[in-house]
Amino acid sequence: MDLIRLIEEEQMRRDLPEFRPGDTVRVHLRVREGNRERIQQFEGIVLRKRGEGLSKTFTVRRVSYGVGVERTFPLHSPLVERIEVLRRGKVRRARLYYLRNLKGKAARIKERR
Amino acid sequence: MKGIIGTKVGMTQVFDDEGRAVPVTVIHAEPNVVVRHRTLEKDGYEAVQLGVGFIKPHKVKKPQRVDFEKRGIRPVRYLREFRLPGALDLPVGSEHRVEAAFQAGDVVDVTGISKGKGFAGVIKRWGFRRGPMSHGSKYHRRVGSLGPRMSGGGGRVRPGRKMPGRAGHRRVTVLNLKVVRVDADRNLLLVKGAVPGPKGGLVLVRQAVRQREGGQ
Repeated sequence: MDLIRLIEEEQMRRDLPEFRPGDTVRVHLRVREGNRERIQQFEGIVLRKRGEGLSKTFTVRRVSYGVGVERTFPLHSPLVERIEVLRRGKVRRARLYYLRNLKGKAARIKERR
Repeated sequence: MKGIIGTKVGMTQVFDDEGRAVPVTVIHAEPNVVVRHRTLEKDGYEAVQLGVGFIKPHKVKKPQRVDFEKRGIRPVRYLREFRLPGALDLPVGSEHRVEAAFQAGDVVDVTGISKGKGFAGVIKRWGFRRGPMSHGSKYHRRVGSLGPRMSGGGGRVRPGRKMPGRAGHRRVTVLNLKVVRVDADRNLLLVKGAVPGPKGGLVLVRQAVRQREGGQ
């Protein structure tokens, strides 16, 4: 078990900021198109974080042209260029699935100070 | 020689150059000792016997102990033979290490003793399909028919019928796994995919048969 942790920790990212569900983040993702590489951004509210160690992932939700879009990223993936925390949210649970049923004003989250 | 004895540590994932997560099994392969050669003249086949897991001499029965003493090798718990190309190139008494055996990109077969499942039904043990769980069905996970009512030969179950019983805890070989990484400093081997057996179980890693010349 220790060896597994060791191998995982070698690959873990320490350069990423801390964030929690409810925070609004902008994820900069490396995307390869043929031979060209570019950075794609995805901005939204963190719905949840799940998993432990190297396989930890987080889900970001945004509403784009009236359609809800959720993307899940492996937290320690080398494809994640960087993560910006734009706003900290005050929420009372770890999984914000209830946001899926809300829209507009109701889907706002209070800022945490 | 492309073969080594190790123990399964567990599974995790690593990211490849493309950033994809690759599922891997970590195998801990301490340096194996080369115990003896099997030669064509003496044994009728060519192989090398490797050992791992040093133990105290008094833990070994006398005939084996004397044999180890004669060879000047510390007694080991596990002895396994490898019939592979280059088997006799390893000198008796020397160490056989992971990095000498494999490099990243090699294709290997991994043999282990699968996890015991206890007394299992026909669905878990043989992969049979189950019946409907509802709509008045009383046939859920049962064995079903054992054979036809043949004229003359009926009235018995033909040998080899798949029935419930002890499942697992048998020798299983998984073919064609890719070596993702070799860690020489820590004697580790990272192999893509799952490997039979529990964590801590003994596994044999061999060059893949289907990649070998004349192999099948």
